[in-house]
Amino acid sequence: MRSLWVERCAKVFFFLCAVGTVLISIGIVVSLLGETFRFFARVSVFDFLFGLTWAPHTLPSGEEVGFGAIPLFTGTLLITSIAMAIALPCGTLIAVYLSEYARPSLRQVFKPLLETLAGIPTLVYGFFAITTLAPFFQSLGDTLYITLSSESALIAGLVMGIMILPYMSSLCEDALHRLPHSLREGSVGLGATASETILRVLLPAAFPSLIAAFLLSLSRAIGETMIVVMAAGLAANLTFNPLEAVTTVTVQIVNLLTGDQEFDNTKTLAAFGLGFVLFILTFFLNILALYGIKRHRRIYG
Amino acid sequence: MAFKIDVQNLNLFYGEKQALFNVSLGLPASQTTALIGPSGCGKSSFLRCLNRMNDVVPNLHLEGKVLLDGKDIYDPSVDVVDLRSHVGMVFQKPNPFPRSIYENVAYGPRIHRLFKDKSALDQIVEKSLTRAGLWDEVKDRLQQAATRLSGGQQQRLCIARAIAVNPKVILMDEPCSALDPIATAKIEELIDELREKFTLVIVTHNLQQAARISQKTAFFHSGYLVEAGETGELFTTPKDERTQGYITGRYG
Ligand SMILES: Nc1ncnc2c1ncn2[C@@H]1O[C@H](COP(=O)(O)OP(=O)(O)OP(=O)(O)O)[C@@H](O)[C@H]1O
Ligand SMILES: [Mg+2]
Repeated sequence: MRSLWVERCAKVFFFLCAVGTVLISIGIVVSLLGETFRFFARVSVFDFLFGLTWAPHTLPSGEEVGFGAIPLFTGTLLITSIAMAIALPCGTLIAVYLSEYARPSLRQVFKPLLETLAGIPTLVYGFFAITTLAPFFQSLGDTLYITLSSESALIAGLVMGIMILPYMSSLCEDALHRLPHSLREGSVGLGATASETILRVLLPAAFPSLIAAFLLSLSRAIGETMIVVMAAGLAANLTFNPLEAVTTVTVQIVNLLTGDQEFDNTKTLAAFGLGFVLFILTFFLNILALYGIKRHRRIYG
Repeated sequence: MAFKIDVQNLNLFYGEKQALFNVSLGLPASQTTALIGPSGCGKSSFLRCLNRMNDVVPNLHLEGKVLLDGKDIYDPSVDVVDLRSHVGMVFQKPNPFPRSIYENVAYGPRIHRLFKDKSALDQIVEKSLTRAGLWDEVKDRLQQAATRLSGGQQQRLCIARAIAVNPKVILMDEPCSALDPIATAKIEELIDELREKFTLVIVTHNLQQAARISQKTAFFHSGYLVEAGETGELFTTPKDERTQGYITGRYG
């Protein structure tokens, strides 16, 4: 009797927890939507989504202009692409080495080290990267007769990539190491080499977890705004040239919200507009990833 | 008689611990040899020496010779990858790759480049699945995930996967221990058919099974090969009293 009563209470408690989480999420979306609508009452959706210049200011006539967000989108895309172009291959290779090639004694030392590194706020690496890496790349650029501004997308992307590398490789290593040993034996027993086993059996089998690792790292990268404030800067250039300075959506949100403006200022509301776009973007990114994982499950079981 | 695999004075050490003591055993071609003995006596260890699956075990040390068609497989000049394509292995727990049924069987031929074009590969897959007695059950769903098959089907798929590279010898470590009697019967039937083309070595805890499917039986005890001989003889007139004790169920 007693245990039944406990079970019932636990059930109600967990149900309330679950409902609470969902309600809070809905509340966030609704409030975000509300502010976004107020913003779009002042600036047209079309001008915002497709405008090519980002320089929010008020004309003497009282008209608010310069809310074209395209340069922010391209800037975000450029920097995260560069970051991922570094973190994805390096992270996977580190993971493959540690999980499949390294001697067990070596792995025993390196894996906890990597986990510790992954736990350090990425901002710390960012700071390191800015004070040491950026000058290095700049001087490298100088010797190659390329002018690399310290605020270039390339450097910001590199910094971001290096910043999430420990996190990414630790997650990928987990994904590989979790695979049952019998898979490796099955492949090796058929006369496959270590590299064939990795490429044809282990990486495909770990694919959903690798995608998850990639997305987690990506959202962490996008979330780490401060580093981009320091590295990438605020210049909203519309360019795909990695040597030029760009800015990102998150940096501009911070920029719009800092300072002592009133809260119903158009600039402040624009931050919600940007936030909403980010929300939609990550939402669809997640759906895409889920779809990919589902498809993968259907084929690979 | 010429042995397919001839093991001579094999001593195996895991670090300080010796697991096999001076084992000498010949495995006749086109026959099934059963390895029996109490748990922990070294059957799996012995089996894994035959295709060098033990190579990755740290601190492993081995003395003696394992001759495959007269050549020592532990000779430094031997290519392990090539060796394992001649000596295949089926494990205790079915371990299909998390891919389609077709890709599981095609895996070996693909890595060893055993075919000229797609249709040749299709043929290999069909032939292997047919030999493993699985073709009729899966021919309409070759692209389905292999992990969705039943345990018995998965084990037959693993056998098909091993056959597909056309090995000379197939090693099986308790291949039926996770299966029900019907699936076991199917696999025993299969082993009997495969014998004509391959040399088979099977570890089993099921003495009736050993008696049914093998022509030669080897009894291991605490790392020693106690007795080996023609299956019928070993079961009816064991020479060693430990063998006698084991097969009559007095211990083990
Ligand atoms: N990787 C290893 N490292 C150290 N010792 C090992 C290892 N593998 C096996 N052994 C030891 O070697 C001995 C023989 O083990 P083995 O697995 O060959 O027995 P088995 O006859 O297959 O037993 P079972 O019937 O239970 O499968 C055991 O004492 C075991 O503890
Ligand atoms: Mg065993």
